[in-house]
Amino acid sequence: MAVATAGWRLSEEQEAFRRLTRQLAETHIAPRAREYDRTGEFPWDVVQLFREQGLFSLCVPEEYGGAGTDLLTLAVVIEELARVDATASLILAVQELGSLPIILGGDEAQKRRWLPSLATGERLAAFALTEPEAGSDAAAIRTRATRRGDRWVLEGTKRFITHGSIADVVVVFATVDPALGHRGIGAFVVEKGTPGFSVSRVEEKMGLHASPTAELVFDGCEVPLDHRLGGEGEGFKIAMMTLDRSRPAVAAQALGIAQGALDYAVGYLKERRQFGKALAEFQGLQFMVADMATQVEASRQLLYYACRLIHEHGYGRLPAEVNRYAAMAKLFCSDVAMRVTTDAVQLLGGYGYVKEHPVERMMRDAKITQIYEGTNQIQRLVIARSLLG
Amino acid sequence: MEATTGPVSGQEGREAPAAAHPCFRPEHEALRQTVRELVARHLRPHARAWEEAKAFPKDVFRLLGEHGLLGLRVPESLGGAGLDWFATLAFVEELHRCGSGGLAMAVMVHTDMALPPLVRWGTPDQHRRFVEPAVRGERVLAIAMTEPWAGSDLAGIRTTARRVDGGWVLDGTKTFITNGAIADVVLVAAKTDPKAGRKGISLFLVERGMPGFRTARLIDKVGMHSSDTGELVFESCHVPDGNLLGEPGRGFYHLMWELLGERLVIAAGVVAMAQEALELAVAHVQSRHAFGRPLARFQAVQHRLADMAARLEAARQLVYWAAWRMQSGLDAVQAVMMAKLVATRTAFEIADEAMQLHGGYGYTLEYDVQRIWRDVRLYRIGGGTDEMLREVISREMGLRPSRTGSEGDG
Repeated sequence: MAVATAGWRLSEEQEAFRRLTRQLAETHIAPRAREYDRTGEFPWDVVQLFREQGLFSLCVPEEYGGAGTDLLTLAVVIEELARVDATASLILAVQELGSLPIILGGDEAQKRRWLPSLATGERLAAFALTEPEAGSDAAAIRTRATRRGDRWVLEGTKRFITHGSIADVVVVFATVDPALGHRGIGAFVVEKGTPGFSVSRVEEKMGLHASPTAELVFDGCEVPLDHRLGGEGEGFKIAMMTLDRSRPAVAAQALGIAQGALDYAVGYLKERRQFGKALAEFQGLQFMVADMATQVEASRQLLYYACRLIHEHGYGRLPAEVNRYAAMAKLFCSDVAMRVTTDAVQLLGGYGYVKEHPVERMMRDAKITQIYEGTNQIQRLVIARSLLG
Repeated sequence: MEATTGPVSGQEGREAPAAAHPCFRPEHEALRQTVRELVARHLRPHARAWEEAKAFPKDVFRLLGEHGLLGLRVPESLGGAGLDWFATLAFVEELHRCGSGGLAMAVMVHTDMALPPLVRWGTPDQHRRFVEPAVRGERVLAIAMTEPWAGSDLAGIRTTARRVDGGWVLDGTKTFITNGAIADVVLVAAKTDPKAGRKGISLFLVERGMPGFRTARLIDKVGMHSSDTGELVFESCHVPDGNLLGEPGRGFYHLMWELLGERLVIAAGVVAMAQEALELAVAHVQSRHAFGRPLARFQAVQHRLADMAARLEAARQLVYWAAWRMQSGLDAVQAVMMAKLVATRTAFEIADEAMQLHGGYGYTLEYDVQRIWRDVRLYRIGGGTDEMLREVISREMGLRPSRTGSEGDG
């Protein structure tokens, strides 16, 4: 009988992307990560590197200048980037997040207008849903969109918007009437420099220091009518469909962080000697890394399977049981990343706690993967809903 | 406590998988369907009685043999089906939903622990005498490695086999032997050169009725009730030359090779049992009301089920990945060890949570969840302890072992 391998091995192309990304990450990003984590300056050189290597094209369909690769390829690339630095991987993940509403909700003209420059990385995208008073409860957003003649006028504040201060294209979710709940929400593309759109502050965070997280203010910000994606009241659906598909990117980031911390800790255990032998020879530590490696591999297999399932459904609406897999992958990978990075710090002892070694940064960065793009509590809601009906 | 009827779990209301896994092809799914029907018709209805009786009829082996299920990966020339690992997985997953972990274990010991070394190292004569009847379910197999003083440390066994004219004489005691009472043929590991450590171990096929071989006692266990666990005694037991399996002195290596497959099927089996526990918990929280609404409407309950589902799915995907590596002929040591470590720990945690979600009913013997809880607990020990698995995983990662320990169990 033939060997059952269909759909399992990474394709040649996916393996090639993994090799390329690992080489880029180790050569160009790893040596920079500590420095920009310290200064908090956004690494434009990394953006330039991604542009030159065409990595932004992984986020966009082929018809609009994208690479025409699948979701698993993007996940593998994000994983490899996050293995050395989560901030660098987030540059790509946010480009996907900001592009998805246009891919999923835009008409042909809108796609042709915005996607090609996002595919080259010439322009950066952002996704603006969260507000000071509406986080997990996204349907409660208060930013208003009012039709005035041939314009939409936006009024309100968005918070915790990754790349909000540097993005050229921001997809903003706003309601025509809060009383309508999620049915009143629309999705609007706001370009950088539009009058009435400003950045009111950039957050100081525990991790992801070089990734700007901004508060955006819309004060009489006018955009043309054709900047609305989808029909009347379809914005919430677009937002949810986007998040359903972007979860694997966060899971991939978490997986990469965990793998990076594990690899670093293993290298350290082989070098460091105490009590006359390498730390690697102590069984108590061997068992810790065995558990870490096992959890990381389980994360990887769950994520890759979720990516394949989602990919089979194209850009259409995902059935609940497929969404469940995306949510399970995000939940599981991020929880594992937190545990594994915490253990990696432990394995390095005092050295784990100082910035000379990257594991403390990985531990700080891992934490956000349990929170953003749907807290893990929200992931559990998604999973439970599909189990319990 | 009010009288209740435990839900008849297992086959009813089973959820279709999100998508057929790419490794399972239509022929695997057809096999799965066959096993599912067989289990529903011939095993599930009696499982509870067999568990209480602490035994199941040996006819079960014949029944499975008649349906070609005992030699799924055995070559067709030896009476097997000549199928692949995913056929085994489909069979194992369905069998573990029969309502008795012990029965499933007894069958796995026969098909995936004892049989593979017989197929691989057996002579044509041994294939005819042992493999073919085993595939038909006419002769039940056991494998005897563990001794009172040697569990994980297989090289430390003390049972000896002394060369005599025309054969060997075995002396020693084996314990924790699954199928120890019902087996017709026991594959016994013994020292032919007691000074040579692992290089002094050889394998013998001891047949029921051979003078000097007896089952000294049965050992009572927390779970796996329908499966007999025996202590076997060999006292000047003469075994003819034709019953030596493989090369003398190579027994340790003959067995190490098959432990990988054993661990893979255990991992697949416990995922199936945990899946059933999860489904029982979902059904229970949907039907049980408290404070005016179903338990399923409490978010704390929903989120626990979500965690259980996510962890179980990660374990399942890890098992499938390990199986795929086995099937593809890739190095699968690390993958299988990880799969068993994750699957068994996750399964026990899920069974425990499922019991918790059943409240007081979960602790009664009327509900099935306690049986799964008891049964899956074994596998953090049996088939390679958690500790031995981590030992191998960390060694595979290039960390030196803390001692020159060998790895073996059974």
